Amino acid sequence: MFGKLSWSAIPFDQPIPLVAGAVVLVAILAVLAWVVIKGHLPYLWSEWITSVDHKRIGVMYTLLALVMLLRGFSDAIMMRGQQAVAYHSQGYLPPEHYNQIFSAHGTIMIFFVAMPFVIGLMNLVVPLQLGVRDVAFPTLNSVGFWLTATGALLVNISLVVGEFARTGWLPYPPLSELTYSPGVGVDYYLWSLEISGIGTLVAGINLVTTVLKLRTRGMTYMRMPMFCWTTLASNLLIVAAFPILTATLAMLILDRYFGFHFFTNEAGGNVMMFMNLIWAWGHPEVYILVLPAFGIFSEVVATFSGKPLFGYRSMVLATMAICVISFMVWLHHFFTMGAGPNVNAIFGIASMVIAVPTGVKIYNWLFTMYGGRIRFTTPMLWSIGFMVTFILGGLTGVLVAVPPADFLLHNSLFLVAHFHNVIIGGVLFGAFAGYTYWFPKAFGFRLQEGLGKAAFWFWLIGFYVAFMPLYAVGFLGMTRRMQHYDVAEWRPWLLVAGGGAVLILIGIIFQIAQLVVSIRHREELRDRTGDPWDGRSLEWATASPPPVFNFAIPPDVRGEGAYWEQKSRAERPYLATAEPDYQDIEMPRNSPTGFVCAFFATVTGFALIWHIWWMVAAGLIGAFATFVVFAWRDHDEYVIPAEEVARIDRANLAERRALAGLAGRA
Amino acid sequence: MTDATMAYADGDLHHLRGTVAHSGPASKRIVTGYGFWIFILSDMVMFSAFFATYAVLLGQTAGGPGGRELFDLRNVAIETGFLLASSFTCGLATIAADVRNKLWFQVAMAVTCVLGLAFLTIEGREFASLVARGAGPTRSAFLSAFFTLVGCHGMHVSAGELWLLTMMAQVFAKGFRADIQRRILCFALFWHALDIIWVAVFSVVYLLGSAV
Amino acid sequence: MNILDPQGPIGAADKTILIDSIAIMLAIVLPTIVAIFAFAFWFRQSNPRAHYRPDWAHSGRIELVVWSIPALTVILLGGVAWIGAHLLDPAAPVEGTGSPVRIQVVSLDWKWLFIYPDQRVATVNTLTVPVGAPLQFELTSASVMNAFYVPQLGSMIYTMNGMVTRLNLRADQEGDLQGLSAHFSGDGFPDMLFDVHVISPLAFPDWVKTTRSDQVLNAESYQELARQSVEKSRPTFRLDDPGLFGAIATQKIPPAPGPKITSEGAQSYLGASDVR
Repeated sequence: MFGKLSWSAIPFDQPIPLVAGAVVLVAILAVLAWVVIKGHLPYLWSEWITSVDHKRIGVMYTLLALVMLLRGFSDAIMMRGQQAVAYHSQGYLPPEHYNQIFSAHGTIMIFFVAMPFVIGLMNLVVPLQLGVRDVAFPTLNSVGFWLTATGALLVNISLVVGEFARTGWLPYPPLSELTYSPGVGVDYYLWSLEISGIGTLVAGINLVTTVLKLRTRGMTYMRMPMFCWTTLASNLLIVAAFPILTATLAMLILDRYFGFHFFTNEAGGNVMMFMNLIWAWGHPEVYILVLPAFGIFSEVVATFSGKPLFGYRSMVLATMAICVISFMVWLHHFFTMGAGPNVNAIFGIASMVIAVPTGVKIYNWLFTMYGGRIRFTTPMLWSIGFMVTFILGGLTGVLVAVPPADFLLHNSLFLVAHFHNVIIGGVLFGAFAGYTYWFPKAFGFRLQEGLGKAAFWFWLIGFYVAFMPLYAVGFLGMTRRMQHYDVAEWRPWLLVAGGGAVLILIGIIFQIAQLVVSIRHREELRDRTGDPWDGRSLEWATASPPPVFNFAIPPDVRGEGAYWEQKSRAERPYLATAEPDYQDIEMPRNSPTGFVCAFFATVTGFALIWHIWWMVAAGLIGAFATFVVFAWRDHDEYVIPAEEVARIDRANLAERRALAGLAGRA
Repeated sequence: MTDATMAYADGDLHHLRGTVAHSGPASKRIVTGYGFWIFILSDMVMFSAFFATYAVLLGQTAGGPGGRELFDLRNVAIETGFLLASSFTCGLATIAADVRNKLWFQVAMAVTCVLGLAFLTIEGREFASLVARGAGPTRSAFLSAFFTLVGCHGMHVSAGELWLLTMMAQVFAKGFRADIQRRILCFALFWHALDIIWVAVFSVVYLLGSAV
Repeated sequence: MNILDPQGPIGAADKTILIDSIAIMLAIVLPTIVAIFAFAFWFRQSNPRAHYRPDWAHSGRIELVVWSIPALTVILLGGVAWIGAHLLDPAAPVEGTGSPVRIQVVSLDWKWLFIYPDQRVATVNTLTVPVGAPLQFELTSASVMNAFYVPQLGSMIYTMNGMVTRLNLRADQEGDLQGLSAHFSGDGFPDMLFDVHVISPLAFPDWVKTTRSDQVLNAESYQELARQSVEKSRPTFRLDDPGLFGAIATQKIPPAPGPKITSEGAQSYLGASDVR
């Protein structure tokens, strides 16, 4: 009746997951109760859950990322804690738990923190920067978000019902095959990622089409903000790479569920093929993550230096070069598999080649600062912290791209330090910079600066204290994923690394505090002009937050730095004496399709994991029915009459005029 | 109607100069078609992964039967004929939709459906007979790759059949509304793309695979 | 296990490439980091002496330099990578004194089996080799992927079931080293450390004699070893059939079994597999 599901799936005899699960459940119920009792549910349903507005969806993606950051970071602190104490000891986490924790840590951080974070920021900002009303497929956008949330939900359910994968964040066979991983853990992983992978693909198709087909008048490709270029490159990579992940995980699913032999030891399965396929996805994936971060830095550094980005064309070329080359380097993830010197050397050289455009970008940001008037706001601090940290991470990356060096360092904690160096220093710092930079645009008030700076310093110092020792202990031969160890020389480094994790924890606490305090003091932090940073691109020409239609009159772009052009030519719209000719605006209707579809996807995914076949059928029928119902609706848009558009726009312009007059900048 | 959302003509503050570098967002039909093309490209990447796997596992028959013993090329030719014919009738359906002829649209779609089902039936029978002969997907890595690649295409055709029937129902219930026309465009693209994939499948899997 | 203290030529060459690559890159990276701090500091808003150039966003000369620096570095390092990858190919034989010692390595869950086909002995979790002799490793796995790694001797290599990988090393100093598996393989993975004893070539034949114990390593005793367990002692075996490794590597002896679970929640896999 319920497949493999039974009461033994709940860890009544294991205090750590049981208590953690109970705490989370209570927290969720408390939040839900508060929402319902305070009467916020109708508002949440109609304004957020069923929203197809890219700004709302972007915020929800970001919120998902931040919540999952807490889960992923808890895993990290547990791992550092275990490695600090498990010297000549089993520590407090037996292998069956420790192995799940590091697997969940990696899976959650990559798929449910980094991906949603960058996709959320791209969703929020790109249509505004392009001067258009929404992305190409707004309802599909909602579907994509909710399917991603489904994946996150399934991974978290595995904490209390069953177990998670114990293979590492990439389920290498034969370890991940049914023979050596007979539990449901790998199945949780597989279905969670297959479902959220659809969501990611949808986001990719949406953003590629938006950048290529939906730009305001006058915005040629070479007048797009740099963030839009990196969005294009990153989403082209999503479209080209994620299907490989889908196919590879599907093959592993077929092995586990139907006894196929893609990657088994028996009957001709080929383990090396999994490595090639999964890394053919895996390497582009890290560029999917870091390219938007590069775009954010281009925006932030230019804005806070008070100068346009240096070498725009060069940056575009470098971005597209990275996009293409990222597909040609995947073998460097398994130099030690024995492919032979020619193959290893070619891929090693290709991996170094990709450092060239990346280096160019760093120099271009450097020269953007040159001749500028730099304001050290929190986003700018994140950017400078990134530049230094990412260079070091890149150095260690080029180092392990040399095959003989990799023969010593593969899978060691040196490698772990390298990829955290570039992912934290690159992706996460960029996401935090973007979060702080665009927060006022999304919500109409700034984040408190002091707490933001404190958070930055604790994160930066904490990162170095946590990861520099891991480089050292990698040189001392320590390999990754060790639940306990007996080598005395490793211990001091691991203790220091544990301390670094605590510093980062303090940084996170500051970030939470910053959010709470900023919400409390939002009136003092209010952004009334829509342009709190003296920005250069079109999103700063809108109110904060922008009206649902973004622009009352679609802008007409004359040059790079579209908004800056307007400001510097004193063509400020709020100074125009003649009122623009407001028209009716048609906007897409909100729809529960995304949420309902994701509900059925969750049901289907859970049922597949536990082999509850009737529930699988029900879930699939439900999902299909959702789409048919969606296809059957007669009204997919609603009209905002011209008078309403005019009223909203006039109010925004009046605010700007008033503040400009006050500041004497008319 | 819906193009007005993105249209500009009246909101033009600055009179159009002779050449406008970029005239603004594209129309809904173009955007929809473009986005669907991108989806098809992504689907082709997924198929490429299965093709690559098939190529790698071609010789891994684990002492069992290989392509030469198993593939009935006459069968393959017949099902290919059905599928290609269905693409033709799908094209007819598209033309009927363009000229808004409900009757011929439904007829052409129905024939497409039947031809597609004929393809699926032949393929299903082939799979069943292979399994019955002990050459199912669990026999060897080669067979796993074969069943997955060809089966993935078959599943796409099956999903396409569901979509086809939904489109027939939509046109029956609501006529050739603009959004339904866009969906017909996407469906047709999907159906033709499956044909292209099939050409690759029978070339790589059946023709090349028969050499094993 | 300090890789900066190599005990053999492969390790030493790997280390040289490592240090040289770091040095080459630091030569670029350190000035760049200094420039970042310098520019950020000098061009801060509160510095009245800094010249503000609000429209300066392009310079062909700077672009040329900015593309050239990484490009030249990469060309240099690319050369290092090409030459290094070829010289240090794990399958390339290493020269040494004395006759080469063939060692066949099988990674099991969760221990290492070292078979000496020419000496007709086998050991678990201990690798004893004569100093200065070329060591020719052939490696496979009983079950899942592992990686054989003695950090102070040099390069690591994966082990995979149904396949044979090759590695060539040499130990140049007598003494005791440690090795480990460098690829996660399950619950008992952290216990896959093994001892490496580098002894005099004169003492080696004596070692072989004392190691050739009463226990014989054949298909049956191998199946015992293949159960998922951690090996705390250091058993030694007599090897009657030098074709045993071949049988393992070609899967004539089937892959080792996995665990049997009794609950749907997490349970330890140590000791959870059956003997077939």
